[in-house]
Amino acid sequence: MTRKVIKAAPKKTTMKKAIPSDIDTQAGYVRIEDAPLLPPPPSEVGVTGWLYKNIFASMSDFGSVSATLKSVFVAASTLFILYFLITQISGLLDFAIFSAVWSDPEGLKRQACWTVEQGGALPNGWHAACWPFIEAKAKFIFYGAYPSDDLWRVNLTYALGGFMLAWVMIERLPYRKIVGILLLTVYPVMATVLLTGGAFSISTGTIGGATILGLALITIGRLGKAGYVSGAFGDLALVAGVCGWLVILFAAVLAVFAIDFDLEAIDTRDWGGLLITLVVAITGIVASLPLGILLALGRRSEMPVARFLCTVFIEFWRGVPLITVLFMASVMLPLFMPEGVNFDMLLRALIGVTLFSAAYMAEVVRGGLQAIDKGQYEGADAVGLSYWQSMRLIILPQALTHVIPGIVNTFIGLFKDTALVSIVGIFDLLGAAQSTLADAAWSTPVQGLTGYLVVAVIFFVFCFGMSRYSMFMERKLNRSHKS
Amino acid sequence: MFGRDRSLTSLLNDTFIRGILFQALIAIGLFLSINWLADNTLSNLANQGKTLGFDFLTRTAGFQISPTLGTWMLDYKVGKSTYTDVYLIGIINTFIVALLGILAATVIGFTVGIMRLSDNLVFRWFSSFYVEVVRNVPLLLQLFFWYFAVLRAMPSKREKLELVEGVAGLNITGLYLPAPIVSDGFIYSFLSLIGAIAITFLVRRYALRRQAETGQILPMFWIGLGIIIILPVLVHYLNGSPLDWSLPEFKDTGPKLRQGYQSGAGMVLVPEMLAVWLALSLYTAAFIAEIVRAGILAVNRGQTEAAYALGVRPNVTLRLVVIPQAMRVIIPPLTSQYLNLTKNSSLAVAIAYPELVSVFAGTALNQVGKEVEMIFMMMMVYLTFSLMTAAFMNWFNSRVKLVER
Amino acid sequence: MKKLSFLSALCGAAMGFGAVASANAATTLEAVKAKGFVQCGVSQGLPGFSNADDSGKWTGLDVDLCRAVAAAVFGDAEKVKYSPLSAKQRFTALSSGEIDILSRNTTWTMTRDTQLGLNFAGVNYYDGQGMMVPIALGVKSATELDGANICTNTGTTTELNITDYFRTNGMSFNLVAFEKADEVVAAYDAGRCDVYTTDRSGLAAQRGKLTQPDSHVVLPEIISKEPLGPVVRQGDDQWFNIVRWSLNAMINAEELGISSSNVNMKKFQSKLAPSVARLIGKEGKFGEELGLSNDWAYNIIMQVGNYAESYEKHVGLNTPLKLARGVNSLWSNGGILYAAPIR
Repeated sequence: MTRKVIKAAPKKTTMKKAIPSDIDTQAGYVRIEDAPLLPPPPSEVGVTGWLYKNIFASMSDFGSVSATLKSVFVAASTLFILYFLITQISGLLDFAIFSAVWSDPEGLKRQACWTVEQGGALPNGWHAACWPFIEAKAKFIFYGAYPSDDLWRVNLTYALGGFMLAWVMIERLPYRKIVGILLLTVYPVMATVLLTGGAFSISTGTIGGATILGLALITIGRLGKAGYVSGAFGDLALVAGVCGWLVILFAAVLAVFAIDFDLEAIDTRDWGGLLITLVVAITGIVASLPLGILLALGRRSEMPVARFLCTVFIEFWRGVPLITVLFMASVMLPLFMPEGVNFDMLLRALIGVTLFSAAYMAEVVRGGLQAIDKGQYEGADAVGLSYWQSMRLIILPQALTHVIPGIVNTFIGLFKDTALVSIVGIFDLLGAAQSTLADAAWSTPVQGLTGYLVVAVIFFVFCFGMSRYSMFMERKLNRSHKS
Repeated sequence: MFGRDRSLTSLLNDTFIRGILFQALIAIGLFLSINWLADNTLSNLANQGKTLGFDFLTRTAGFQISPTLGTWMLDYKVGKSTYTDVYLIGIINTFIVALLGILAATVIGFTVGIMRLSDNLVFRWFSSFYVEVVRNVPLLLQLFFWYFAVLRAMPSKREKLELVEGVAGLNITGLYLPAPIVSDGFIYSFLSLIGAIAITFLVRRYALRRQAETGQILPMFWIGLGIIIILPVLVHYLNGSPLDWSLPEFKDTGPKLRQGYQSGAGMVLVPEMLAVWLALSLYTAAFIAEIVRAGILAVNRGQTEAAYALGVRPNVTLRLVVIPQAMRVIIPPLTSQYLNLTKNSSLAVAIAYPELVSVFAGTALNQVGKEVEMIFMMMMVYLTFSLMTAAFMNWFNSRVKLVER
Repeated sequence: MKKLSFLSALCGAAMGFGAVASANAATTLEAVKAKGFVQCGVSQGLPGFSNADDSGKWTGLDVDLCRAVAAAVFGDAEKVKYSPLSAKQRFTALSSGEIDILSRNTTWTMTRDTQLGLNFAGVNYYDGQGMMVPIALGVKSATELDGANICTNTGTTTELNITDYFRTNGMSFNLVAFEKADEVVAAYDAGRCDVYTTDRSGLAAQRGKLTQPDSHVVLPEIISKEPLGPVVRQGDDQWFNIVRWSLNAMINAEELGISSSNVNMKKFQSKLAPSVARLIGKEGKFGEELGLSNDWAYNIIMQVGNYAESYEKHVGLNTPLKLARGVNSLWSNGGILYAAPIR
């Protein structure tokens, strides 16, 4: 046994060789063989060790009175928490799965989920989920009053978006950049046309005017590039050229909106449920990031007026609760507009949510900008980059990478905040679920909890997914920094 | 700077001049658009036959508000109290629930945050579970859960769940607690409490100086506790204990409607407030827990090891080395969580707790119809609070900033 | 104005949805005709008056009024779009031009009529505020409600009425006022309050949402007058007249015994009572006077029905609301429904 161990540990044998020869190896008190290597104490390995390290270590110090008290307290609270977790989780599972009513084959509606006391067939004291209710209301909870015949349009929009997003997120696929650009430019236009039905009444004059304006600006830009415009006006001409492309793009979007694709026009008032939640959240997310970046740059700009305005804007939106912003958007925005100009209700909420989250985004981005070493700014200046060039090529890529967790957290916050639009009468996921609760045909005491549970799970899946993805990104980017 | 060539081109190329031009353009644009908005608003208001003005604040309000701290403090009476009172009631109710929420969220958040770093697996599980679930579900939904789902589980109005026999009880109409009745002499007890706190501070200064000079440590905690408890209690009872308690009264006889807890006896915390309070503190606590965890992890392990190497005892290390450094990381995001909590209290509008948004921008606005003025007044409250918080943050940051480079 | 429409097109197109600039047509009628539908402000869901089913189809007494206006203007009762509005949003939505008619169980009061820049075009339901209590409470009359907890909606006249009523009778009470009707029902159902108060029609409508509708009773007291009716913007008399006379046409049709089932017959009948002939456009040019076609009322009756049909279909005794005609009967049947004659 002992030999075996020694053989297995060659280091020990080399040590043995190192014993000076002048020691009398025959002396009885000198130990010739190594002491046997003992297995690690049971408290360090195996199930018991694991249990000790992870649970009992914190409650096995009885050295002094206070330590004993602490150990007893920790033990008691461990037991209590364990009991709490087990009862709650099993209660939840029982509510959602084991005791729940799963089907309503006879079409009894609310009676399917009634106890004997209430006039149904379930035992008294029964309290669990009523899934037939959700089944009956699923279409409303997910799509609102969107016409059933046109649901394929919503699903197609989801599928396209999900496909493109997945493409961008999976790293091995080719053309990720192009797909990303399409996702941010073509996709919103397509989604708008698909969801609303397109064919907005935009006069050809507007489109033509915009096209001509764009072409003219591009021509100016070309002239400037070719050197026909001198000095400072040359710069202006270049700017005009860029603007020209933007105007052309805008005209193209308008033209697409004006085309009649022979889709039935569906008013945003008929949208609802998860569809609204996703539209508000995604529009808010996509629109608030660029706006937030601009605001953050403005707040750190050296121009006092711009800095002051951006600061005031950011602090104002961050200082007031979102619900007041939404109230303002739904009640006061009509007052601010000239008579006869109306915004769609959903559009108003979108504007409110976007401005609100842009302010938060600006602060996150500003944090990133501040974390960039001054040398980076100076370096960019030293190689002669202009302000926008240095921002685009040097500062922002670093700053934004730095604050990805913050940005995603803002997204998650925004996603959760979309639930507030239900207070101003837009039927988002929560609002739609709540309005189904008011259906007399399904009114039972468990209906509320069932509905809220579904909404909570949907929100949880989205938010949890986003936060996991952000952690994954964070780890990945961290690694690339170190290598 | 541009002495030699003052031609237009060079002027336009000068970044300084360009900056001024650009800013002037922004300012003009802003002025024009504000002017445009104001113009629209005024003409719209004129079309509706409305005028701007704050004279409604002196009108009396004709609606009842459910009993809360605000109505109690301002002694709200229908037909006597004005819209100014309604405004103040809204502010008080907002801040009381925010204050209570901040206290509870801090306690829960720190506990859960420390539990996440515990070597006890059950603690870690529980805290991760809690944080992940609560953080990823909208607050409004949690509010509805606490109000509508938990409300149904409460005993009905004619029943009670006694927490302390005869003193505190709970049912669907609220949490009933004893109410203090203050008589004239109570002010002295109160003053002596303040005095005791002041004395404790003086003793502490002395103790610190003594420690610096002689190395001897006074048991400051026990001394302070003694002074703060004994002095006010002594004054209170010598003065003939000028504080009474009005206990909640529960009746289960008489007409059915009048059974249950009686109004006027004791103090009631309405379930709307309890739900807002619970939802706000549990929700914010999840965020605070993450902040605390990150703060403690941010303290370099070398700091603790160095302290141990110097022979500093573990709890002193925690108190004098780890916590001060962790707090520097914790406090700024903590403050913004407090601010968020205060702003989130406006969600109470969904469940009828009479805070600012609900009672002033809701009920009162509907009766008076002065959207512009009233929403402005409401936003001012939140803005003031957030600016105050921002000022505190700046002060704090400048105080604890590491002096580097 | 060109600038404006471009601006709104810009905003709208940039954001993806049409910001509707009604091009500031001179009158509401022109604007409505130009866009091709009537935009009607309704409640966020009050069964019997204005309620949407899961597919987004709106029905109810208030909805029928909007359909009647659409039938009068376009000859097609389906050319209506609905904006569900909270109590708080409704008047702003109307005065800003977001909607053309507000038909959302809105009480006609002097303040609203004079100070908000609105005009009430008539009354399509005479209501009064009532109270509902659980039967188990054993309360027979509202005078026994001293010390009660009362649930209601915020943003309406009900809060004021109930406060007045309790003050007048020297009783104390606690008010719990919610933002949405559904929340009031949920809180009352959970037992938070002893009393649920709102318009009696509302009580009847919301009652079905309770877990045990039969264990609640509506008290006999009616504590206020609540004439509910359609509202339009002040300053456009033509539009005001169209809405008012669409309502009057429905009531007159009932009085004259003309319904959707017999109106076609009448149209081809040669001998008609003059009042009927005037109503369905066979005599006189009443439609043209309104800026409509002369068969405006015929279209209303044909497509929407007369007042009685609409009433019985949505709120009458054969509906879950089970509201008897009561004061909403014709004046000739002992009610107070009395429409000015078409002549």
